Amino acid sequence: MTQYSEQNQKYVIPTEDNDKFLLNLGPSHPAMHGILQNIVELDGERIIKSHPEIGYCHRSFEKLAESYSYNQVITITDRMNYVSSPANNVAWTLAVEKMLGIEVPKKVAYVRVIFMELARIMDHLVSMGILGVDLGAYTGFLYFFQQREKIYRIIENMTGARLTTAFGRVGGLERDIPKSFKKDVYDFLQGFPKTLNEFHKLLTRNRIFMDRTRGVSPISKERAIQYGFTGPNLRATGVEWDIRKVYPYSCYEEFDFEIPIGIDGDVYDRYLVRMEEMNQSYKIIKQAIDHLPDGPWHADVPHVVLPLKRDVYSNMEAMIFHFKIIMHGINPPVGDYYFSIESPNGELGVYIISDGGPNPYRVHWRRPCFYYYNAIEELINGGLIADAVACISSLNVIAGELDC
Amino acid sequence: MFPAPPLQQRNPIVSDFIHRNFQYHLLEEYHSNGMLVFVMNKMCNFELIQLLRDDSETSYDMMLDLCGADYPSRKERFEVIVHLHSMKYQHRIRLRFPIDGEPPEIRSITDLYCAANWAEREAYDLFGIRFIGHPNLKRILNPDDFEGHPLRKDFPVKGLKRGHFPLGHVINNKRNDAPKFYTESNEE
Repeated sequence: MTQYSEQNQKYVIPTEDNDKFLLNLGPSHPAMHGILQNIVELDGERIIKSHPEIGYCHRSFEKLAESYSYNQVITITDRMNYVSSPANNVAWTLAVEKMLGIEVPKKVAYVRVIFMELARIMDHLVSMGILGVDLGAYTGFLYFFQQREKIYRIIENMTGARLTTAFGRVGGLERDIPKSFKKDVYDFLQGFPKTLNEFHKLLTRNRIFMDRTRGVSPISKERAIQYGFTGPNLRATGVEWDIRKVYPYSCYEEFDFEIPIGIDGDVYDRYLVRMEEMNQSYKIIKQAIDHLPDGPWHADVPHVVLPLKRDVYSNMEAMIFHFKIIMHGINPPVGDYYFSIESPNGELGVYIISDGGPNPYRVHWRRPCFYYYNAIEELINGGLIADAVACISSLNVIAGELDC
Repeated sequence: MFPAPPLQQRNPIVSDFIHRNFQYHLLEEYHSNGMLVFVMNKMCNFELIQLLRDDSETSYDMMLDLCGADYPSRKERFEVIVHLHSMKYQHRIRLRFPIDGEPPEIRSITDLYCAANWAEREAYDLFGIRFIGHPNLKRILNPDDFEGHPLRKDFPVKGLKRGHFPLGHVINNKRNDAPKFYTESNEE
């Protein structure tokens, strides 16, 4: 990150000949998603060289997590990929549960799957809606936000918040699912395919949209793997790879779904892969909500899950466990653990080093955006400025996750 | 490719492979959560990862993650942790390289994986680990004039010194003295 000041003249990059034009895209610019900065050297309208700068949204969550207890860190993960926070929350809780060796009841796993897939739909709705906006098609965005509002309502009923959800706790959920949960999800499922179809009709075979996106900033399989691409952006290049299938977690092996892949890895393929993924997520949610099992909403691990407040006041054991958890925290065994999920954006990995204490010794998040934006120079060099904007929104780079 | 077998069974070769080729550099080997972990001497990091990437027995073609860690009580205070993934065998390993000395130095693997470029810059920014041979080793998340490396254990959570803002105002660390960014004199 380069800071502008009179002393710090590095901000201005000298160009040798006068034909080149220096343009500062971002950090605060309507076409940049979040606070990203990109200083580009232009020849006419073509980008010759770009200098991406990040760090404008850096909050040092990894340092902060070292002084938090394992359940408090969930609130940090909300603020990473704020477009799909339930997926981040679940990544953290699953990682800690794996450290502790906790098996959650099937109902919890199913509810988590529903929320993760809702988060995936939420994320793709925003990124694809914004892709349309960046290319001048504002209407589809509004269609999508109507659906996103319905998902917000489901999440709000469950967690009490819309954006910073803090969904789930280590060992289960924070409370039982609300009575209206099934009805809300069915309501959403009923209207969603129609909207998806309408959006397809608006954009997918649209002449202008195709001209603007096909063959724009393509990346090959080999280069994508070199750059550490995961998730939809890797699948758009034609690699059939999904952590939900390769390393199944949270009962994903019980669901029937397919992995869409692209061919060229350009903006249009990324768009198509994300659109089809929404369809597959819809299928998963439908299966999960149809077969939602009954049962407890947390695992039977009293030394990890906080007891109900009314039990704390009336029950001796509950009070002791409450005191133990609040005062001494959860103490996972000493060691280092890596756990990753297929977050909407790609592989979200959590690397935790535990020294046996109530706080993690070291936390590192493997953020998919960080590796996408690493490749941005290669992707946008040689293209037009307008294509660079389309490229960034199709990669779905989110500043909160990038800077962490 | 699907369904996948359990993690440990997928590539039993890699352990033999490292024992065969780098037995003098291998410090420790263990399983963690279904993942093979090798603690290696830092001198061999480039050659080891290059061989793991290029050999058809292992072919770890993707660098998943690279990060640093700090253990102030150890002689080898810092550590670089690399996660590798093989698309061919669907297998993952973790390599840990303890580093001693101040400033800590290790050879960069940017020539092997493009993904390591920013990850190494991040580790340099947060821990002060120098990656020798890195094309553009400068701070990435913090400003260029930032002092210290924030994820070291001796760096306080609230920061070393008072923060400076572009308009010349200074944040006070005292809680009851809330920062004022726009004072009356400034609005004039």
